[in-house]
Amino acid sequence: MYSLEHIKFLKKLKREKLIVTISQLAIFIFFLIIWQLLADLNIINTFIFSSPKKIFETIVGLYKNKNLFSHIWVTVYETIISFSVATILGTFIASLLWWRKRIQKIIEPYLTILNSLPKVALGPMIIIWFGAGIKSIIFMALLISLIITIINVYEGFNSVNENKIKLMKSLGASKYQLFFKLILPNSLNTIISALKINVSMSLIGVIMGEFLVSKKGIGYLILYGSQVFNLSLVISGIFILCVVAAIMYYIVSFIEKRVLKKRY
Amino acid sequence: MKNVLEIKNLKKIYHTKTHETLAVEDFSFDVNDGEFIAIVGPSGCGKSTILSVLCGLEEKSDGEIKFNSNTKIGYMLQQDSLFEWRNILDNCLLGLEINKTLNEESKMRVIKLLTTYGLKDFIYSYPDNLSGGMRQRVALIRTLATNPNLLLLDEPFSALDYQSRLAISDDIYNILRKEKKTMIMVTHDIAEAISMCDKVIVLSDRPARIKSIYNIELENKSTPINNRKDKNFSYYYDKIWKDIDFHV
Ligand SMILES: Nc1ncnc2c1ncn2[C@@H]1O[C@H](COP(=O)(O)OP(=O)(O)OP(=O)(O)O)[C@@H](O)[C@H]1O
Ligand SMILES: [Mg+2]
Repeated sequence: MYSLEHIKFLKKLKREKLIVTISQLAIFIFFLIIWQLLADLNIINTFIFSSPKKIFETIVGLYKNKNLFSHIWVTVYETIISFSVATILGTFIASLLWWRKRIQKIIEPYLTILNSLPKVALGPMIIIWFGAGIKSIIFMALLISLIITIINVYEGFNSVNENKIKLMKSLGASKYQLFFKLILPNSLNTIISALKINVSMSLIGVIMGEFLVSKKGIGYLILYGSQVFNLSLVISGIFILCVVAAIMYYIVSFIEKRVLKKRY
Repeated sequence: MKNVLEIKNLKKIYHTKTHETLAVEDFSFDVNDGEFIAIVGPSGCGKSTILSVLCGLEEKSDGEIKFNSNTKIGYMLQQDSLFEWRNILDNCLLGLEINKTLNEESKMRVIKLLTTYGLKDFIYSYPDNLSGGMRQRVALIRTLATNPNLLLLDEPFSALDYQSRLAISDDIYNILRKEKKTMIMVTHDIAEAISMCDKVIVLSDRPARIKSIYNIELENKSTPINNRKDKNFSYYYDKIWKDIDFHV
C-alpha cells in the first residue's frame, strides 16, 4: 500500500498529464474553429484555403466511393516494404562493414556522398530504369532510408565500450561470438532508434516516389488534387498523411517499449 | 612447490602511427603455485601491460613466457564491464558460454559461488541494481566461473571507497585462498599489496623494470584487515614507499 504522500504525488502526476492532453486537444479544436469561422465569414478564399467542413466532406466522399482505404493501403504497403528491406538490408550491410573493417574504409567516402546527395535528383533516372510503377517508388524510398540505416547502425556497432571488447577477448571469444554476444545486443537500442527514423524516412521516400510516378496512394492524391486545383483534396491528403505517419510512429514506439522492457 | 609461470626478459613495445612506446623491459619473474603476488609502481609505468601480455591480449615484443601445462588464466580487468542486458547469473556464465563448457553442472557451480559470496538474492537482478562492491564481486565470480587457477587482477578495488575496499579485499582474499588459486594483482595501494600478498614486486618508472622484490613475512599472517595491524607491516610500507618514485 502506498503512503498518503505517494498517493498525493501520483494524483499530481495524473493531473499534470490531463492538463497537457486537454491543452493539446484544445489547440487543435481552436484552430479548426477559427479556420471554419474565417471561411464562413469569407475572410479567406475557400477555393485556395479550403475549410474544415470541406475537408471533412472530401474525406467522406473518398470513403463513400471506396477510394480512401485503397489509397492509404497503397502508401502504407509501399512504406512497409521499403522500411523492412531498409532495416534488414541496412543492418546486414552494417554488420558486413563491421566484420571487414577494410571494406568500410574503402567505401566510406562513397557512403558519405550518397548520403548527402538529395535523392529526389535521381528521380528522373529511376523512372527510366524501373518504369512508372511501384518498383520506382520503393527504390526511391530505399535510397533514402537504406544509407542512413547503414550509417547509424554501423556507428552503433562501433560505439561499443572498448573495455567490454577487451573482456570478451580475455575470455577467448571468437569474432563470431564477439559479434553475437556483445556487438549486436549492445547495439539493439541504436538499431531500434534507427527503426524510428526509418519509418519517417521510408514514408518521405514513398510520397516523393508517388509524386514522381504513381496512379494510387496518398502522394498521388495530393499531386492529383493540385493538378485539378482541388485544394480540399490536397489538404485532405496531407491530413490523412499526418494520421498515417503518427500511427506508424506509435507502432514502432510500442515495439521499442516492448523490446526494451523484455531486456531489463 | 611447482612454478605456475616463468617469465624471462619480457619486453613490450607499443607501436602507433606517431610513436613507439617501450612499456616493459627486462622483466623476469617466476610465480609459484598458490602464491599471491602484488605488482606496484608509479602510474603509467606498464603494470597493466604486463598483465595484458600474460593473458594474451597483447603480443609480447621479446622474451619468454612459460606456463605450466595445466595453467588456466582468468583475467579480471580494471572495469567490471558487466553487460547491462544480461542478469547477474548470465553475466557470470559468459565465459562458460564462450568456451562452450556451459552445462547443468558448471551452472550449478556458478550459482553456488554466487550464493557463497552473498549474491543469492541478486542472481536474476540486472547490474544497474547492484552497488559498486557487489558488481566487483560479480566480476570476480565471472572470472572464476571458468575455473582458472591463475588469476590476473588489475586494480580490482580501485572503483571503491575506502570502507568497501577493505571489506571486499578481505572477501576476495578469502575466496581465492579457499579455492587455492594463484594470483597476480596490480595495485596502486601499497597497504593493499602488503596485506594481501606473499610477494610485492616494485617497478621502476616507464619502461617498467623490476626495482625490488619483497617477500612479505608477517608475525602472524591472517586476513588482509588483520594483517594491516601486524608489527612488520609498517616496515614494509616504508621500504616500498621509498622505492616507488612518486612524482607529484
Ligand atoms: N594500446 C596501447 N598503445 C600504445 N601505447 C600504449 C597502449 N597501452 C598502453 N600504452 C602506453 O604504455 C605505457 C604503460 O601503460 P600501462 O597501461 O601498462 O600503465 P599502468 O602502469 O597500468 O598505468 P596506470 O597506473 O595508470 O594503470 C603508457 O605510457 C601508455 O601510454
Ligand atoms: Mg593500469
